[in-house]
Amino acid sequence: MPDATFLDSTELVLNMGPQHPSTHGVLRVILKLDGEKVLGTDCVIGYLHRGVEKIAENRTYAQFNPYVDRMDYVAAVSNGLGYCLAVEKLLNVEAPPRAQAVRVILTELNRIASHLLWLGTHALDIGAITPVFYCLREREEALKIFENYCGARLTTHAFRIGGLQYETYDGFEREVLAFCDMFLPRVDEYEELLTNNRIWVGRLKGVGVLSAEECKEFGVTGPVLRAAGVKWDLRKAQPYSGYEKYDFEIPTCETGDTYDRYVVRMQEMRQAVRIMQQAVAAIPEGPIMGKVGKVIKPPVGEAYVSIEAPKGELGYYVVSDGSTQPYRVRVRPPSFVNLQALDRMVRGGLVADVVAVIGTLDIVLGEVDR
Amino acid sequence: MADEQKPGGSEAPGPQGASAPKPPAAAADAAKAAPPKPAAAHAPPKPPATMAAVPWDSDLARELKDRFGGGITEASTYLGQNFVVAKREAAIAVIEHLKLEADFDYLVDITAVDWPKRADRFDLVYILYSFARNERLRVKVSIPEGYRPETAVGVHLTANWLEREVFDMFGIEFDGHPDLRRILLPEEWQGYPLRKDYGILQQDQRWVQENLGIESGQ
Repeated sequence: MPDATFLDSTELVLNMGPQHPSTHGVLRVILKLDGEKVLGTDCVIGYLHRGVEKIAENRTYAQFNPYVDRMDYVAAVSNGLGYCLAVEKLLNVEAPPRAQAVRVILTELNRIASHLLWLGTHALDIGAITPVFYCLREREEALKIFENYCGARLTTHAFRIGGLQYETYDGFEREVLAFCDMFLPRVDEYEELLTNNRIWVGRLKGVGVLSAEECKEFGVTGPVLRAAGVKWDLRKAQPYSGYEKYDFEIPTCETGDTYDRYVVRMQEMRQAVRIMQQAVAAIPEGPIMGKVGKVIKPPVGEAYVSIEAPKGELGYYVVSDGSTQPYRVRVRPPSFVNLQALDRMVRGGLVADVVAVIGTLDIVLGEVDR
Repeated sequence: MADEQKPGGSEAPGPQGASAPKPPAAAADAAKAAPPKPAAAHAPPKPPATMAAVPWDSDLARELKDRFGGGITEASTYLGQNFVVAKREAAIAVIEHLKLEADFDYLVDITAVDWPKRADRFDLVYILYSFARNERLRVKVSIPEGYRPETAVGVHLTANWLEREVFDMFGIEFDGHPDLRRILLPEEWQGYPLRKDYGILQQDQRWVQENLGIESGQ
């Protein structure tokens, strides 16, 4: 909250949000300004708080599964994967190979969809109108595959504890491969519009720098951490769902500014295509559900399982008391933790850069507030 | 699932067999617990009532025990995940030691679990990760209601918001926290929603009526 110094004549307190298009949802930032310069920020969050962790304690393990889609609603598949893996860990079962391959395909497709929405809206914030139309056009193709697979475009509930909700549909492989072939040249197209664009470079280079040490201090993960030069990706560091079988790179940059984060995410989309192509080429035959009873009742215990979601490390800490309902589910949301670094990134910068930095953090308020 | 329970079940009678009165007591407990749950009638033998964790044998666990002595009361592993239980006075020292001496330089998460029937009502859970070792470690601390644990902000900056959320949801006040305010709920909100005695439909009606101008949030 504003302290006494706010009354100093040279300082101005500016309220941004919660109804501001560039805050990507209901984020309110109280900015302390000296002219154009940012002296400090205070984030006010919680507008979308629904008490997801409390709901979990009052639902069975399977009933809670669809709720997690509503946290990071542009990457629902990742949320579901993390939750299913956590409960599977407690049950000590593993999804069968076929289910794992389809999980990887859908999760990577979701990573692309999430990054596309980020790119479009981020470019829009900076003042580039065109990319958002292209990005949403391609994202539509990805959402169509989700829709064909499970009937939903956003809140997919695609996975079940122990495997998959549905068998793949006829032409699934063909459609995914067609998407991959279509998509790679489109990434080049976006890059043509932006990568060497003078305004784009001018607005992003050197803005909102977060060094590797600062990232670790703030617990910042995902593309933000990799843009600062840390080659760390949970898909490589602690592989899950068979990611160790696929050949892909972890893109990194060095300075950790807004432009680097753009470069890293663009490369990640290309890598996601690579993973999908390999996975589609080798979907094993077999069952799609592991040995999980009708009633899910993990033994007393606890587990923390995390995955590399599009925004960073998404973790689930689940405590079981041996009953059919989780005793406690804690979601470790990447957006919430990354958002905390906003103050460090914008302090001393210009007020116009706050918009660029919020965009580059790629937060989803549904996940920040849960 | 069944496979998982069997080893636990066969292990349990081993140590208990040594002292004669225990097995019947355990069986009686199981029988008592069975009736309220109809599903238990045809369920396999009841799984152990506590976590089937095994001692965590490693250099790090030994080093921590040497360094902190009684400050570390347990070092165990469950499902391949390691955790240590620390005395509440030692917790921050353990986390700082892990950061400075053992490369656990990334505080992933801080959270709490409410066990209202226990004397030490809350479990505080610190999840740590080491980039250098590619290893995770949980540090758990039991604290009674009203106890003010020391803040971890001095060791990891990320603890700031994480502790604010724990305060917001559980009412645990961290001693020395630079900015301990509610983070997700409004500042004037009464009650701590993630405590077990807070109902799923419960709300701060007065706040809802005063600020939203509606009778009830339900």
